[in-house]
Amino acid sequence: MANIISDETIEYVSILAKLELSEKEKEQAKRDMGRMLDYFDKLNELNTEGIEPMSHIFPVSNVFREDEVENGDQRDEMLANAPKAKDGSFQVPRTVE
Amino acid sequence: MSLMSLTAAKLGKKIKDREVTAVEAMEDALKQIQEKEPLLKSFVTVDEEGARKRALEVQQKIERGELTGPLAGVPIAIKDNICTEGILTTCASKILYNFKPTYSAEAVKNLEAAGAVIIGKTNMDEFAMGSTTETSAFGVTRNPWNLEHVPGGSSGGSCAAVAAMECPCALGSDTGGSIRQPSSFCGVTGIKPTYGTVSRYGLIAYGSSLDQIGPIARDVTDCALLLEAIASYDRKDSTSIKREDYHFVKALKSDVKGMKIGIPKDYFGEGLDPEVSSAVLEAAHVLKEQGAIVEEFDLCLVDDELLTSKNSSSFGEDKIHPTRYAIPAYYVISSAEASSNLARFDGVKYGYRAGEYEGLHQMYKKSRSEGFGEEVKRRIMLGSFVLSSGYYDAYYLKALRTKALIRKVFDQAFEKYDVIIGPAAPTTAPKLGKSLSDPLKMYLGDIYTISANLAGLPGICLPCGRDSKGLPIGLQLLGDCFQENQILRAAYTYECARGKWNMPGAFLNRKGVIKDEETV
Repeated sequence: MANIISDETIEYVSILAKLELSEKEKEQAKRDMGRMLDYFDKLNELNTEGIEPMSHIFPVSNVFREDEVENGDQRDEMLANAPKAKDGSFQVPRTVE
Repeated sequence: MSLMSLTAAKLGKKIKDREVTAVEAMEDALKQIQEKEPLLKSFVTVDEEGARKRALEVQQKIERGELTGPLAGVPIAIKDNICTEGILTTCASKILYNFKPTYSAEAVKNLEAAGAVIIGKTNMDEFAMGSTTETSAFGVTRNPWNLEHVPGGSSGGSCAAVAAMECPCALGSDTGGSIRQPSSFCGVTGIKPTYGTVSRYGLIAYGSSLDQIGPIARDVTDCALLLEAIASYDRKDSTSIKREDYHFVKALKSDVKGMKIGIPKDYFGEGLDPEVSSAVLEAAHVLKEQGAIVEEFDLCLVDDELLTSKNSSSFGEDKIHPTRYAIPAYYVISSAEASSNLARFDGVKYGYRAGEYEGLHQMYKKSRSEGFGEEVKRRIMLGSFVLSSGYYDAYYLKALRTKALIRKVFDQAFEKYDVIIGPAAPTTAPKLGKSLSDPLKMYLGDIYTISANLAGLPGICLPCGRDSKGLPIGLQLLGDCFQENQILRAAYTYECARGKWNMPGAFLNRKGVIKDEETV
């Protein structure tokens, strides 16, 4: 395998991904990611110099519309989906002392 | 005979002619589902009570003359990543195990406006990441043709339900082949429309630049009817395209005289099952007999400068086929977009929250780690990596440049051809439990479907034969952007020439022995 993924990389990526991996999962992730990156490296066989990266198939950009409220007040229905709610708000652990 | 063995068009006509009611149709769907679900597991949620209520309301509207369309009263199943107001929508993930959307997807609203009646939500690979419907957090769906095999994925539940005649039609979504590949494995017909044709509003995003909702049914006519119902310009989806033409049913003409159909030579090389290859080539021959001009061609860029060093392609070819690079480009782009899209699942506003945690950040991490399955975590990690500082240019931008090249190859091909014909998958449905152990190998199975997503093209898959094990083989027809009517006409012509296609009765028989059930 050409791409060797270090413990530090897995640690860093799991911070970005907001995932907590077990030791076993980390080892697996190192192997999987290395193997996938080897495969992704095939793209380097293509000469893409001067080719613009294509994010959208069609030349569409900046689609604007007036920001008007179209739906009704669904606060209670939305809060019904929350794991925890209090006083008409989403409840989360204290973040500010 | 069950009403569910009728196509949507025929059932809709019976309802319109007052031969049966929408309520009777729904009762029959629920009965079929009750009988077959223990074997198949096509559904995550069957909303019995709601379905009965909606069927009654639709019937009343039909009687009052308010609903007169061809789909009025027809039961339909919806893939579980498409939001349905008040009906559980889980993406087959533990992290959304209890999520009830407060609104319906635009495609669902369009269907309801046409009078179709939602039965429930179909099983899928978790967050549509997979090719087998085995990564669902709520159990594996089985292939109605042989219960020991997978239905394909990720819209495996929708395709299995339609094949098993639990319902006449369904919606699926296709990011890298998730409608066409399971359609191929289940012997049904499915369309991935041109990107931007069906609104993504209310489709829980996986790879936003690739995702499209599309119809799954038992024939081309039903697919055209459904596509006409769900396609619309939608201001709520900034990637929605205002098309000139939203009429697809008119394309259903058995006539391909003079139509130019190309067979990409390199689609028929190594890795393609010989039985699939010969069935697809036979289908091409059928279209030729019907008057189409069918010829082989090289789906490649005729540009020697494309290789970084001469003759260094690891695919062992001297010509450069950018479509071969579609799989790595696709997995870079889709994983990157997934890592960003799935950041919203954090245990705050909906879905699963871990039981124990210390502080906000640990709550996020634990909820996500416990809520997402293995394949989803794998792709989030990979996506976070390719977007991270220092790797963004090397992987993500490189993949977007490759996407531009792939688009160019198809642009060149569609200057010469109206339709490109090929397989939808390199094999027929694999056995359960054989695919997940080697993710990379599984990803390689997407070779024939992925390019269409990267290039935004419409594609249809329909059955063209069965292999020696009795499993269905799918034929894929690709068109240029906005040319749905070309592929519909070619598919319809092939279907007329092919003749009757029976659906499986295997699920009625626990041994999984094929016994065909008659369709009308």
